[in-house]
Amino acid sequence: MKKPDGANPAKLLWFVVIVFIAYVIFKSPGWFMNKPIPGSLIMMYMFFAVVAALLVMTSTDESTQGLFAPIKALVEDPSKKIIRNAVFVIAPIVGALITYNQIKPGFDAPVELRATHPAPPTIMKAYDKTFNLATLENPFRKLQTENPEKFKEAVKEGGAVYFKNCFFCHGDKLDGKGHFAQGFNPLPLPFQGKDTIAQLQESFVFWRISTGGPGLPKEATPWLSAMPVWHTFLSEDEVWKAILFIYDYTDNAPRSWVSANSKKDG
Amino acid sequence: MVSCLMKKRTAGKAVFLFVLSVMFFPAFLNTGFSASFSPAAAYAGTDAVSPVAHEETYTHPPAPKLKAQDYPIVMGINSRVFVWMAAQLHLWFAAFVLAVPIFVFIIEAVGMATKDERYDKMAYEFIKVSLTAYSVTALIGGLLAFSLFVFYPDLMRYMTRLFGQTMLLYALLFFAESATLYIYYYGWHAMERGFSKWAHLTIGLLLNAVGTTLMFLANAWVTFMMSPSGVDAGGVFDGNIWHVIHNHLWNPINLHRFVANIAFGGSIVGAYAAYRFLSARSDSDRAHYDWMGYTANLIAISALLPLPFAGYWLTAEIYAYSQQMGITLMGGAFAWLFITQAVIIGALFLSANYYLWCGMERSPGAYRYTKYIKYIAAVIVVCFLVWFTPHTLILKPWELKALGGQYHPFLGPLGIMPAKNTAVNIMLIFTFLSFLLYRRANKIAVVSWAPLGRAAQAAVFAGAILNIVFLGVYYGYFTNTVYKVASSVPQVASTLTVIAACMVIDFFMFKGAKDVGELRWGGIPQRSQYALFLLAVSFTWLMGLMGFIRSSIRQHWHVYSVMRDASVNAYTLTIASAAKTVSAAAIIFMAMVIFIFWLSALSSKKQDKPLPLGSDAKNPKEGGGIR
Ligand code: HEC
Ligand code: HEM
Repeated sequence: MKKPDGANPAKLLWFVVIVFIAYVIFKSPGWFMNKPIPGSLIMMYMFFAVVAALLVMTSTDESTQGLFAPIKALVEDPSKKIIRNAVFVIAPIVGALITYNQIKPGFDAPVELRATHPAPPTIMKAYDKTFNLATLENPFRKLQTENPEKFKEAVKEGGAVYFKNCFFCHGDKLDGKGHFAQGFNPLPLPFQGKDTIAQLQESFVFWRISTGGPGLPKEATPWLSAMPVWHTFLSEDEVWKAILFIYDYTDNAPRSWVSANSKKDG
Repeated sequence: MVSCLMKKRTAGKAVFLFVLSVMFFPAFLNTGFSASFSPAAAYAGTDAVSPVAHEETYTHPPAPKLKAQDYPIVMGINSRVFVWMAAQLHLWFAAFVLAVPIFVFIIEAVGMATKDERYDKMAYEFIKVSLTAYSVTALIGGLLAFSLFVFYPDLMRYMTRLFGQTMLLYALLFFAESATLYIYYYGWHAMERGFSKWAHLTIGLLLNAVGTTLMFLANAWVTFMMSPSGVDAGGVFDGNIWHVIHNHLWNPINLHRFVANIAFGGSIVGAYAAYRFLSARSDSDRAHYDWMGYTANLIAISALLPLPFAGYWLTAEIYAYSQQMGITLMGGAFAWLFITQAVIIGALFLSANYYLWCGMERSPGAYRYTKYIKYIAAVIVVCFLVWFTPHTLILKPWELKALGGQYHPFLGPLGIMPAKNTAVNIMLIFTFLSFLLYRRANKIAVVSWAPLGRAAQAAVFAGAILNIVFLGVYYGYFTNTVYKVASSVPQVASTLTVIAACMVIDFFMFKGAKDVGELRWGGIPQRSQYALFLLAVSFTWLMGLMGFIRSSIRQHWHVYSVMRDASVNAYTLTIASAAKTVSAAAIIFMAMVIFIFWLSALSSKKQDKPLPLGSDAKNPKEGGGIR
């Protein structure tokens, strides 16, 4: 049976401690490693941490009483008049301070909700022709299985294209940290990691490279992207080979839907 | 997954061949049906091709190229919002009235198998709630059809030309549905015994077959507009109706909607039970509605468990059909609505779990298990945080500077599918664990091998979790995308294995188990009932939101890449205005639902029947709910 004595007033303290610990955990990447979790996300994380703690603590009658007993006592118990009055003064002041800090004007540029990977158009124009992005494929990709020697060569040529044209911005390690990178907003994108170009089909990458910043659709506004329009500088083959290179160097494979041409290359 | 998909396709084909073979008078249909809508055509002010002019000699025209003037403006009404609202309300009600008969059928069958009359009574009460909703569904459906033809005459003319046959069939099925539903409901008491009970159950089956076919038809129209097939690039029909129906997204939507409807229906009936529970005056009422709420929640959860998989299949197919739509959905303009979706789904899981935890208060033996709740909650929350962590972050300038780029070194890997799949599978497994603990809260196993059984269950859990994490991490981050997608299948298999294996072990382990004490139906704390409300509201909202996303990723197309939407309203809404419209629709729906609940409660008071749980309601028999 349930223990009848019920209320355990330390519950409220526990609740505060748990919420505090959660806060410290979410903040610590920022505090200790200088890789802050964005404030917008911490808000959401904290919201659910608080809600979950509340749910767990109200899942039995006993612990619900324990949780709310101190609050009830604070509001109702005549002997707690002084604390009550203090809380009723302090709580609104804290609330006011938080509100003030939230809405006070600052010097930061406003936050932008920008789509880094906007949807590509169905067709695109470059090199005086029209490409259908739904069916477009890298003409050199098939060499990977058919003629590995030739493929290696193509990758190498792609590497040359990359280091002659791209590494100023995208970096010699393809991590988006080239010499000029810090000068641009939006920043040049990295190709390292499994969450970058590995998520994209080659036709998408072709589109982004050949039409560059000006080729971005509306939802990628503002159009500040410094990515040049490469189809005016490079040949079609050079772009495709550069694509081979950026996938090969980062050990990524383009997104594809056909398992037939998938080769486990991890 | 692939094989089950194939099976589904062929099964779907079989159903359709059957259905098509019973189609009547195609001639009557093209003339009769579209002619009846010609007033709407006249509205357009364009001299349309006479809709009667086709049949045998008819060559199929291409999709019309419209201009803004081709869309009638009626009394300054915003046509997009009007049609949207009507469609959304119709969908909600339709989802509800299609779902209820599915589980009513199951509950009735369970009642027959167990010979426990309470099931039968509950099933009857469920179907009663859906009956009023049925007329509302039809009413709003009429409004939707009318407003579509008024506001989008050219689109509808094009669609009717393609789908005319199926629309007629739809109308016929609607009558069949009404007829079977009424026989099923009004015949309930007349057909209570012996053979006629079997006949009654068969009518229930028929009702569900008709209802599901009805929905599949409507799904074909919807999915055709997203992933058209059976027409060429200009929209010229190739003459084979099956090609148009069986378009790329038809089956994924069929599956997702079928399952989601059951979860949604369960949650709405749960809200009904909560409403009656909170307003109950007697203990026997409270006990009854507690039990009903429990069953409804169980239905909602059971359907919730497979939903993420159906959802991922749908998304994968959208992506595979069109990279553009896929990216718009997940990475582009709608990415943040998708995060909102993830948050709501998390809320669904949390409230369903909370209800189970609170439900343990019913059993005197629960104290043995309540200490585990916090761990379950912790795991679910961690998974949930992973599940909604976006890939594209909203960064303040100083945060961007500190990170040195758009991608976060720790959060980035959490933003992509393998992490989400892993998280959602573990979330499901732990939700199932809540349920497992709930079930044994009041039982003491008597079989000699019980410790072994428990150890085996723990091993299954641990093994599955390890497997899921391994698959997620290894295939997700160390191989290419094809494997990423493929690895989700064995992950799901692990989850399903846990569920199946533990249920089997449980079944034998608790055979003849001792009860710790009497289950106190009605003893659940009141606050738990708000979890049921939250469940219903979240579901409603989610459905509205996802419906908007689904239809909007076509962007400026009526029929994707075939027929352009040239109306002044063909722009993508901001997140805020979309959310507001969906919320407004959700509030209207909720208000109507409350009204229906109130009506049902009223009529049951009038009938003044003895209450289902009988007089010994303080100690209703243990073992209620579907076990
Ligand atoms: C002037 C600097 C600059 C140079 C030089 C440059 N890029 Fe970029 N690139 C950018 C920026 C900035 C972006 C990010 C644009 C955005 O966020 O919309 C970008 C984006 C890209 C993307 C899209 C990545 C993604 O994840 O969507 C690819 C691919 C790319 N660049 C390839 C190249 C290649 C290949 C070259 C050389 C031929 C090159 N870039 C040269 C600045 C540059
Ligand atoms: C627990 C998880 C999920 C729940 C509870 C859920 C629930 C729902 C519901 C209730 C609907 C409305 C169904 C209807 O129109 O009848 C819906 C539609 C939809 N869902 Fe999900 N879903 C889940 C997972 C997902 C996932 C993971 C995705 C994709 C990543 C997804 C994509 C969609 C889409 C695109 C629609 C619109 C389809 C339509 O218009 O009917 N869902 N979902």
